[in-house]
Parts: sequence; C-alpha cells; structure tokens
Amino acid sequence: MISVNNLQKRYGGISALKGLHFEISKGEFVLIFGPNGAGKSTLLKILSTILAPTEGEVYIDDINIYKTSHEIRRRIGFVSHEPFLYENLSALENLVFFASLYNVDNPLNKAKEILETLQLDVRENELVRNYSRGMKQRVALARALIHEPDILYLDEPFSGLDLLGTSIITNILKNLKAQGKTILMSTHSFDDCADLAERILVLINGEIAFMTSDVNKDHFKQKYLELVSINN
Amino acid sequence: MKTIISIVRKDFISEFRSRDMFISMFTFSLIIIFVFNLVLDLTSNIKNIVSPAVLWITFLFSGSIGLSRSYSLEKESEAIKGLLLAPVDRSLIYMGKFFSNLIFLLIIEIITIPIFIILFNYDFSIKIIEIMLVIFLGTIGFSTVGTLFSAISLNTRLREVLLPILYFPIIIPVLLNAVRITTSLLSGESLSSNSSSLQVLIAFDIIFFSAGLLLYEYVIEES
Repeated sequence: MISVNNLQKRYGGISALKGLHFEISKGEFVLIFGPNGAGKSTLLKILSTILAPTEGEVYIDDINIYKTSHEIRRRIGFVSHEPFLYENLSALENLVFFASLYNVDNPLNKAKEILETLQLDVRENELVRNYSRGMKQRVALARALIHEPDILYLDEPFSGLDLLGTSIITNILKNLKAQGKTILMSTHSFDDCADLAERILVLINGEIAFMTSDVNKDHFKQKYLELVSINN
Repeated sequence: MKTIISIVRKDFISEFRSRDMFISMFTFSLIIIFVFNLVLDLTSNIKNIVSPAVLWITFLFSGSIGLSRSYSLEKESEAIKGLLLAPVDRSLIYMGKFFSNLIFLLIIEIITIPIFIILFNYDFSIKIIEIMLVIFLGTIGFSTVGTLFSAISLNTRLREVLLPILYFPIIIPVLLNAVRITTSLLSGESLSSNSSSLQVLIAFDIIFFSAGLLLYEYVIEES
C-alpha cells in the first residue's frame, strides 16, 4: 500500500504541492487528473524518489521511501514524458544497461523479450536517436518494466503517441493491471484510460480537489470542468 | 564493480558512436599547442619553464570541454534520471563517471604528448615514464573535481559557463604542482627531487576523490 502524508513541495516561494494526504491500495489503478501546473509531475517525481519533498512522508508497505530508497527503487518503475534513455545507444543496449543496474538475471534475454512484447524487436538495434516519439515512449515503458516492478508510475505516457502507440501501451497497462501491479498515472487523455482506472485523483493548484471511484466518463468530466472553471 | 563497468561501457559506446567529445577535445588541444608554439619564441633557456605550462593548460582546457560534454549526454532525454531511478548507490555512479572521464582525458593526453614533443622540439628520450606518471596523477585530480563539478552544473541554465568558473580555481593546486614537476623533469632532474609536489598531487587526488564519493549524492539529485 502507498501512503502519502502531508506531502509538500516548494520551489522557492511557490508551492507546487500543498500537503497531500492519500492512500493507494495494492493492485489499484489510480488516474491523476488536473490542469497544467497542478503538480501532477511533481507528485510522481517525489513518489518515484527522484525528487525530494520539502515536507511530508511517503510510505510503501510502511517503509519510508526516503529512508530506504534503494529497496524501494527496486519495486518502482517510472515513465515520464521524457524517455530517460541514452540517445546514442540502441533500444536493446539501453535496456541491457538499465537491466544491469537492477541486477536483472540474463539482461539480454529479458530486454529482447520485453522489446518483443512492445513490438519493437524489429528495430531493437537502431539508435534511440532515430526513433519517433512514440517508439521512444514504448522503449521508456520497457525501461520502466525491465526489473518487473510492483508499482508503476506513469506521467503523461500517451503524450505525442499515435493511435498504434496508444493502443500498445493501453494493452500493456491492461495486462499489468491484470497481474496485480499498482499503477498511478497522470494523463490528459482521459478517454484513453478511464476504463482502466478504479479511482481518479484530481489535483488543482497543488491540492487534492477530490478523489472519486465514479469513473463514469460523463459524470467525471462534468464535475471536473465545473471545478476547474471555479478555480480559474 | 558491475555498476561501474556498466556506466563506463555505456559512456564508451555512446562516445564511440558520436565521437563529439574526442573530436572537440583533440581539435582544441591541437589548436592550443599550435597557437602557443607559433606565438612564443622559445629559446632553450626558457623552453623548459614555459612549455610544461603550455602542456598543462592544454590538458586543462581540453579536459573541461570533455567533462562538460560527458554530462551533456546524460542530460539528453534526461537519461541521468533513468540512472538515478535505479537502486544504485550514488557513489558508484560517481565512480563510473569518474573512470569514464579519466580514461577519455588520458587518451587525449596520450595523443597530445607526441605532438607536444615534436612541436616544442624535445627528444623522445625525455623522462617519458616519469612524465606520464605526473600526467596520470594530475589527470586523476582533473577528473575527481571535474566529475563532481559537472554534476553540480548539470541542472543549471549556465552549465557550460559555470563548470569552468567552479572548476578552474579549485584545480589550481594540481596545475601548479604538475607544472612544477614537469618543468623539473624536462630540465633533467629526477622525480625524487619533487617529492613534496608529488605528495600534494597524491593528497589532492585522495581528498577530492573521497569528497566526490561523499558529496555526489547531494549534488546529483534534483532538489
């Protein structure tokens, strides 16, 4: 279970997150929704341990993630809008490199297997530099999954993807959900993934505006638009 | 150890593909040596005093280009964040980057030395092994400080400018002592007559390598 207590992040005088409290159960799929600048990316960066909070704590199964970062990092996969890949390496070389950092057994086989799942095996030896945005994003997902994490954070994984890329990633997310992985995803493409979500967390101006288990598209959109227009 | 080797290997494959760093460092080294050789009228009296300084300034300037470039590769597509997400001790990342930088700098220096010997009219029978030892110790100093300071400047807007501003003042003890020992060796003196300068170089390397291991975690992570 992920437990977030009084999470705050300030950049100078600007508060990006203003004391968030929430919990996510094991195996749950939660969507983070909110306008630009709401703090979605900041929240996911903090949860994935690449950014330190100004105040507050995050626990995964009662373990403080900042006190035992290494152990927690083995359990986390993170996909951002930036792919976090080396452009002068091929997709295969990137994955083998990252697999070696996670001490994955037989990194080459694991990398090949995951590239095949993501339908990138035909171009696995091409440099990432020459990939399209959608292909880079798929390799980024492969990087995040190479060590088989139980928790997956995704920050706008569909941005810049074509229909094929969106469909491949959506199918993979469905499989991961079926495997019982805990998934927290921020997105603006509500229609692409609303069916997967069990709960939606709406962030506005660094605060939780509401959390709902009602993932009916029409109900949610109406409520969300009302809130955003009030806050604007 | 496996992590360090993976990082070094990754940096080498990446550099082998682009060759950006090698080409820019080597070209810059050549230009500096040629320019100094053209503008300085080195009579035999002052040659042994001036030429070691030229050599080390060449290493310093071309090295700063290489150090800056090594982190540009990490910044592309924010690959460094992929590295930081991994359950890897930050000191191992420091060591990986330190060894990559050290090897890159040494390769350029080894290529530069024969050009220096020819242009400055030295004999290849100079105390090359002793000089290489000094170059090795000096380059460790460049790489310990450079790896740490390149990481500091990584998340700043002015990183190309910030690195030399931070790096050059700190590296002065290495530069002074390395020039002093090289001057002495080119004048025919032995390495043992420079033991105090040699001790300063070794002490600097140990202190800054240890500082890098301890501080890297704090400088590399986003705050």
